[in-house]
Amino acid sequence: MQLQSRHLLGLENVTRDDITLILDTAVSFKRVLERPIPKVPTLRGKTVVNLFFEPSTRTRISFELAEKRLSADSVNFSASSSSLKKGETFKDTARNIESMMIDFVVIRHSSPGAAHYLANNVKASIINAGDGAHEHPTQALLDLMTLRENRESLKGLKVVIVGDIEHSRVARSNIYGLLTMGAEVGVCGPSTLLPREVERLGATIYPHIEDAIAEADVLNILRIQLERQGKGLFPSIREYRNLFGVTRERVERAHKPLTIMHPGPMNRGVEIDSDVADSDASVILQQVTNGVAVRMAILYLLAGGKAMAEGEEHA
Amino acid sequence: MKEKSEIMDGQAIGRTLLRLTHEILEKNRGAENLVIVGIRDRGDILAYRIIQQIAEIEKKEVALGVLDITLYRDDFRRGNDIPVVRETEIPFDITGKRVVLVDDVLYTGRTIRAALDAINDFGRPAIIQLAVLVDRGHRELPIKADYVGKNVPTAQNEQIQVQLEEVDGTDRICLIEM
Repeated sequence: MQLQSRHLLGLENVTRDDITLILDTAVSFKRVLERPIPKVPTLRGKTVVNLFFEPSTRTRISFELAEKRLSADSVNFSASSSSLKKGETFKDTARNIESMMIDFVVIRHSSPGAAHYLANNVKASIINAGDGAHEHPTQALLDLMTLRENRESLKGLKVVIVGDIEHSRVARSNIYGLLTMGAEVGVCGPSTLLPREVERLGATIYPHIEDAIAEADVLNILRIQLERQGKGLFPSIREYRNLFGVTRERVERAHKPLTIMHPGPMNRGVEIDSDVADSDASVILQQVTNGVAVRMAILYLLAGGKAMAEGEEHA
Repeated sequence: MKEKSEIMDGQAIGRTLLRLTHEILEKNRGAENLVIVGIRDRGDILAYRIIQQIAEIEKKEVALGVLDITLYRDDFRRGNDIPVVRETEIPFDITGKRVVLVDDVLYTGRTIRAALDAINDFGRPAIIQLAVLVDRGHRELPIKADYVGKNVPTAQNEQIQVQLEEVDGTDRICLIEM
């Protein structure tokens, strides 16, 4: 079994079969994480560079753990300490990575397309850990894995993504992934933060959170980026909470059992209330656990894609 | 690919497994502290059959473990096609146990090497023994089985095909020329 690409740049063009393979493989890796020694020697000798041009805690640690659990060697490269600060161009950085004979590059960058650029310029397998407002495929895959664990089937499941859809790579990757797997997708948020294109992709727009909650099986609540306040996109944090905050009162009026997701980090009391985040319906911490398993599965499957042609029987 | 000869039919497999079960019980002086761990794809089925026979003979329940060694293979970076990772199930503490590893065919010994590494990640057994249905020779590592169903001398271009009722619909072992 093999993925069609040796990079994971986004979910836009990943097939249902490939997503299913990743999710199935991740289930096996989740079992590995539960063992007394949660580490396997599979990627011994492979080297991964974690290239983070944007701050990230959760995603970076999750990738690092996945790499260590698979016995790969990893090096971290973060914007604040890198030579980019010294004026090096992205292209030169890429060339340097190339010269160090790296097998994988995990990249987070504020420019959409940064991962694609690397994929076109270096021989390593590239994993996109978030490129601007474009895609964040591993987050969407761990969301899909979590949904598969909690719901009977992704097919026909109604997932509403709440928040700043316009600037969210998590939303975009989730929309692609969910639609590919046969789920129904809705989006809900201030109209200034809902790009028109989502309707063209096949998502339904909910102007009111109450309507979204009434129809949804799952709410995936995005973080409101507090730093965007004051740019005229929404009047105030309080106003946002009043109109779109997922509060206990609102959730209690749901018609169906709801699953609550959040990619983190949460602004408690803004987009999500503590009562909701810590309720039985919440699978937020399960998402974090699954993140490591999904990233292990991706590293494992991508490592196979560029192996030498020298098949040897194993008995 | 053509079949050269039949090595065992269903009855022979049955008798051989029963003999192996008796040998395991003899050498371990009963089923005390014993666990049987089968290696996927066929070893897990054989392990299950051995456990059922122990239950009949000794009236004791012996725990079953299933090992998927995919993640421990030494040829991972060499193959074209990457194997599907399936679950390993060792639902008990293996430390201090007498572990009998079960596989269908012993060949280069590399699978067993991988299985030993995998077991080590679950704990420290008192002893690990190895039972195989067929030993076809051509070892590439210093590994030897404690219990052998049948020694079958083979050429490198031959293959042993093991079919088991549970997955293949019939019990049969034959020699195949590639």
